Amino acid sequence: MIQSIAILTLVNGSVYALLAAGMSLIFGVGRMINLAHTAFFVLAGYGMYYFMRGLSWGAVPTITVTVIGVTIAGLLAYRLLINRVRQHQQAVLLITVALAMAIQEILLAIFGEFYRSSPVLVPGVREILGTRVENQYLVIIGVAVAILVILSLLLAKTKLGTAIRATANDAEIASLMGISVPRTLMITMGIATGLAAVAAVLVGSIWIIYPMIWMQPLAMVLVIVVLGGLGSIKGSFIGAYVIALVEVLAVRFVPSGAYMAMPLMLLVLVVVLVVRPGGLFGIVLEEERL
Amino acid sequence: MLKRLFKDFRWSVIPVPGRVLGIVFFFSLFIFPLITADRYTLLVLAFANIYVIFAVSWDLLSGYTGQVNFGHALFFGVGAYGSALLYKYLGWPPGVTIPLGALIATGIGLITCLPALRLRGPYLSLLTMSFPLILMGIVNSIPSVTGGSYGIYGLPRIAGSRLAEYYIILIVMTLSVLIMWKLTDAGSKYVRTGLIFHAIREDEIAARATGINTIRYKILAFAIGGLFAGIAGGFYAHILTVASPAILSLTMSFQAILWAIFGGIVSIYGPVVGVYILYPLVESLAGVRGIGEYRFLIMAVLVIVILLFMPEGVAVWIRNKIERECPRCKLPNAAWRKECRACSASLH
Repeated sequence: MIQSIAILTLVNGSVYALLAAGMSLIFGVGRMINLAHTAFFVLAGYGMYYFMRGLSWGAVPTITVTVIGVTIAGLLAYRLLINRVRQHQQAVLLITVALAMAIQEILLAIFGEFYRSSPVLVPGVREILGTRVENQYLVIIGVAVAILVILSLLLAKTKLGTAIRATANDAEIASLMGISVPRTLMITMGIATGLAAVAAVLVGSIWIIYPMIWMQPLAMVLVIVVLGGLGSIKGSFIGAYVIALVEVLAVRFVPSGAYMAMPLMLLVLVVVLVVRPGGLFGIVLEEERL
Repeated sequence: MLKRLFKDFRWSVIPVPGRVLGIVFFFSLFIFPLITADRYTLLVLAFANIYVIFAVSWDLLSGYTGQVNFGHALFFGVGAYGSALLYKYLGWPPGVTIPLGALIATGIGLITCLPALRLRGPYLSLLTMSFPLILMGIVNSIPSVTGGSYGIYGLPRIAGSRLAEYYIILIVMTLSVLIMWKLTDAGSKYVRTGLIFHAIREDEIAARATGINTIRYKILAFAIGGLFAGIAGGFYAHILTVASPAILSLTMSFQAILWAIFGGIVSIYGPVVGVYILYPLVESLAGVRGIGEYRFLIMAVLVIVILLFMPEGVAVWIRNKIERECPRCKLPNAAWRKECRACSASLH
């Protein structure tokens, strides 16, 4: 009972954490809310499905092609679309929504409105603390945590990380220090979409995908990012597991829980925001404060 | 009175091409049924008019005061469900339930803005996004009252024929847009709200420093936005004769934003243009064989392409092409004039 709740929380939380970290990163660095973020996640999910089921490729080439392909798609979308309207905040919102809709409609036209899932990457089950746990779940948790540790090391220790943090702090000063802000933004976008693609690769076999699914995780990821505080990787990390726990508990214990999971999560968000208007770990800059 | 109206028309409408276009547009909507009385076309236009109220009320709240609301479907849905529930349990006619539903939506607007007043920017947007989803979960989980995912169906129509429905909604739309336009008119001598809304968006701290109670005006903006979106929701439910949870979905909230930004925000006429370009386009493509399936793709691509060239929206782009603001007295002039019509300053 407790073990299965813990496992489900860790699995869902890991996927949410990967998605939310990317979203939070791109918001923190570019002050942009990328509403197409989870559309790239769905795109990668379909990539997995198509290469493994349609073309029956092996796992390694599929993963490589999917992650690299989706990252390139994200970079192109940034370069060709978002970058041009970056000065107008509303236009960024609209263009990313339109982009997500376009991806949804293209997937709908190619694959149809059916529920799909890709084959399990790591088959098998093992016994941990008296419950049966699928190996795939352990891989998901392990890979997600490893990637997030690498990401935080990258941000803390490397030159690129310093550039990203400097741009997030103050883009103007960063560019005076010789950091190319457009290049940093583009790399950030690449990392963010790459993380979304990795999340899709990990979860492709246990979640069912269909073209319209991007909205559900998008709402979830936005909730997590805001809960943890926009721009804070640590915040979105913790927020992801909190939200996943609320979701799992709601589905299990609340009557008609499948419907009430989202409202309960949002209720947590409302309470947190009323108590702490900047989220759990959000940084409120002086000039942005009311 | 009539003389003043004529004078206004002669000296401040005729010389400004944008205003002439607006009047021609509304006039042609009123005589449109003379051209075709096709029931389907009238229905599409009736929905377009409902969406106009919805998108314009989003513009009033989010464009003017800068409280970018990602969950405007909340007010729409509360208006629709409020009206539907009043009919289901009390059996009242739509003429009573729609205004009452809108009043409930106003009340909900007042309640939701309480937590929203502490927040700003993206935090506010994402908090407001969560409200319709919370309500959707509640609606889905008590099917005995709300009909669950099927919704409440069998609502009475607001009038016997499509033509009568068309005119009722057109009149309501015209009045609503007119009221919201007047409320947000920054140059008005009679209402101060327009100027104050602008001030709150541009710099809330400065607005406060000049003695404006910004909290009170933000609450007012939420209430007005909720009222008109609630009216739109009530009419929507009674035209469709169904109030279903789909109207609380994220799609509905995003649609208001899509139309408003596509047309151009902070303008009132922008959302009108946005709705009237995008909604009939998508609806008319639906019937075309071979293209119908791709209509949302076409719309998305169109929005992306147009936005790349006109990031401020279509209506604002057109206005800037055909009108030019006098550098001295700030009056709008036709772009082809060489000097200002009022102060004869050079426009170049």
